Amino acid sequence: MRSERTYLDHAATTPLLPAAREAWLQGTDIWANPSSPHAPGRAARAALEEARARVKAAVGWEGEVVFTSGASEALALAIGRSKMPLAAVSGVEHDSVLRLAGDAVRLDVDMGGRVASGNAAHAGLVAVQQVNSETGVVQDLVSIAEAVRSAGGVLLADCAQGAGKCALPDADLIAVSAHKFGGPIGIGALLVRDWNLLHPTGGQERGYRPGTENLPGALAMAAALEAGRDWLTEAARLRVLLEQAITGAGGEVVAAGAERLPVISSYRMPRKPANVQLIRFDAMGIAVSAGSACSSGSLKTSHVLQAMNYPHPAEVIRVSIGRETTEAQIDRFAAAWKEIAGAGVKA
Amino acid sequence: MIYLDYQATAPLAPESREAMLPWLGGPETMGFANPHSPHRPGRAAAAAVEVAREQVAALLPPGGRVIFTSGATEAINLAMAGSGARHFAVSAIEHAAVLDTARVLDPAMQVIPADGEGLVHLDTAITQATGLVAVMQVNNEIGTVQPVEEWAERAHAAGALFLCDAVQGAGKLAPPGNADMIAVSAHKLYGPKGIGALWLRDGLEIAPLIHGGGQEQGLRSGTLSPALCSGFGAAAALAKARMEADAALAEDLWRRARAILSRWTLNGSATRRWHGNLNLRLEGLDVARLMSDLRDIAFSAGSACASGSGRPSHVLRALGLSDKEAKTSIRLGFGRYTAPGDLEDACARIDAAAAAQGV
Repeated sequence: MRSERTYLDHAATTPLLPAAREAWLQGTDIWANPSSPHAPGRAARAALEEARARVKAAVGWEGEVVFTSGASEALALAIGRSKMPLAAVSGVEHDSVLRLAGDAVRLDVDMGGRVASGNAAHAGLVAVQQVNSETGVVQDLVSIAEAVRSAGGVLLADCAQGAGKCALPDADLIAVSAHKFGGPIGIGALLVRDWNLLHPTGGQERGYRPGTENLPGALAMAAALEAGRDWLTEAARLRVLLEQAITGAGGEVVAAGAERLPVISSYRMPRKPANVQLIRFDAMGIAVSAGSACSSGSLKTSHVLQAMNYPHPAEVIRVSIGRETTEAQIDRFAAAWKEIAGAGVKA
Repeated sequence: MIYLDYQATAPLAPESREAMLPWLGGPETMGFANPHSPHRPGRAAAAAVEVAREQVAALLPPGGRVIFTSGATEAINLAMAGSGARHFAVSAIEHAAVLDTARVLDPAMQVIPADGEGLVHLDTAITQATGLVAVMQVNNEIGTVQPVEEWAERAHAAGALFLCDAVQGAGKLAPPGNADMIAVSAHKLYGPKGIGALWLRDGLEIAPLIHGGGQEQGLRSGTLSPALCSGFGAAAALAKARMEADAALAEDLWRRARAILSRWTLNGSATRRWHGNLNLRLEGLDVARLMSDLRDIAFSAGSACASGSGRPSHVLRALGLSDKEAKTSIRLGFGRYTAPGDLEDACARIDAAAAAQGV
């Protein structure tokens, strides 16, 4: 596969950054077990702790960091080991949270996909994501955190899509995934304000996550976070161009009025089923998706769009921009959109 | 530095590292896609994952499926919690991943004793109502090979499932063909850290621990890493191809080391053993001093996970050693990349350093 393909599915995963790849390769040379007390083991331990310190510095986090295999595991760890039972979750959370939500209260979202902070005041664990993986809608976690805390609760923020792209919220537990910001797949972390929020499991990671640590992954994750987010300015400019083209061709921006991360968006192509759009785009060398990657194979109706009471969920695709996205790629996508949309509109 | 701690982790095979590189690509390659994306780069990544799954499956019995996890600890947790069993019977010499998980799920679990040779003999009756029996294939501290197929039969006769922790045996020995679940880890068979697998017999249904995107047939959510899967697959394929050669090498290394350390007492059976593990004791030995005298030889005093704790090994205690004896024991682990001359040098220096302690 060559680079003439246009990859606009960066919310599913984004290319490994060169610095992260370099760090990963160096990490494979430090292959001893970080729990071994001999010299190579201690060197691996030192490298792991350095990676942890660098992650904390890069995101400005003063609490604890537990490395996990990714955000799904971090969320399962947070919910499974939280001393406070899960009391409420937003209706637009990722399935990693919803599948564990049991009979916790579902917090409604408005048509813009936003949770009203007043509804989040629960005296337990409350899970509200930072950025939605399908629409890019950013929750007002400042107000939500205030409401949760004033009710005596604890806020868990799934930051899988926001970490590395915007500042972390002031939450108590934060889940992140490296491969969404240019790190490798297979590593993520749970950021923990205070150990006292969780029941320990025993084993590695200060007794909160057993299993031999993925050191190359941790080093690469730190390197990816350190690459910064200056590129988002250009991404925001590209999205304006993209949305002008789409709306000009009869398309519709989902949650247009809400604050959205400039790199993730959902668009509706009227009267064109999403699966048909995907097949056409794929044949034209353009990778986009219908909803999240995990559910897109199934082509189920998006629970996110349903929670927003969006009237045409079956005609919506997700386009997500990355660090390497160029204006030429946006132009190519816009031209393809017009072609696919035009073919379906009977004059 | 002479590395003699292959049970803690093994060096990454160059072939495994090489297999990962295409999937650690940048934007110029498309070798980075999410294997769960249905577009073309996603499908290519998914194909690589499936090749790797076949390679790993080739180390495991026919008639089952391989679920990728972040490692053996997660695989063991998934197997034990996901099985729905309420009562557990586990051997006294299991890894902490099995013992701790069993204890959490069933504080009254049955502990199956081992004999002085480090073998979990079949003369213990399984408590009635046991839902799952776990006996490891190869012990991580003393290398003893357990009669796991017989234990699987015993478990089945008692109406229980059988879980085998094959972390130290996979890629070295044939798997127990009649187990219901088998946990394996890539980095113990010269693959990368951060990936392992749970093998499940066809027809066995378990519940997931990590929810979300519904990957791995709904049993383990989370984006799979095509790089880690490919690295694991390549390491598994290499282990399969080299199984006889690796075993012969371990035998040769074992004989050389045993000859030099002939005055030391072996912990665990000499014959029913993976010979890449040499666990020895010497009366009166100060292991901490030995380690600090030999800083350029990496060996251990037990499992890596427990080694920081200073507690006597639960495995050696299960063999009937006193705490004092257990604390005079060292573990030497070697394998594919150990040069015979290096091992002989290291053993000679270990013996000399012990002699210098007056033991």
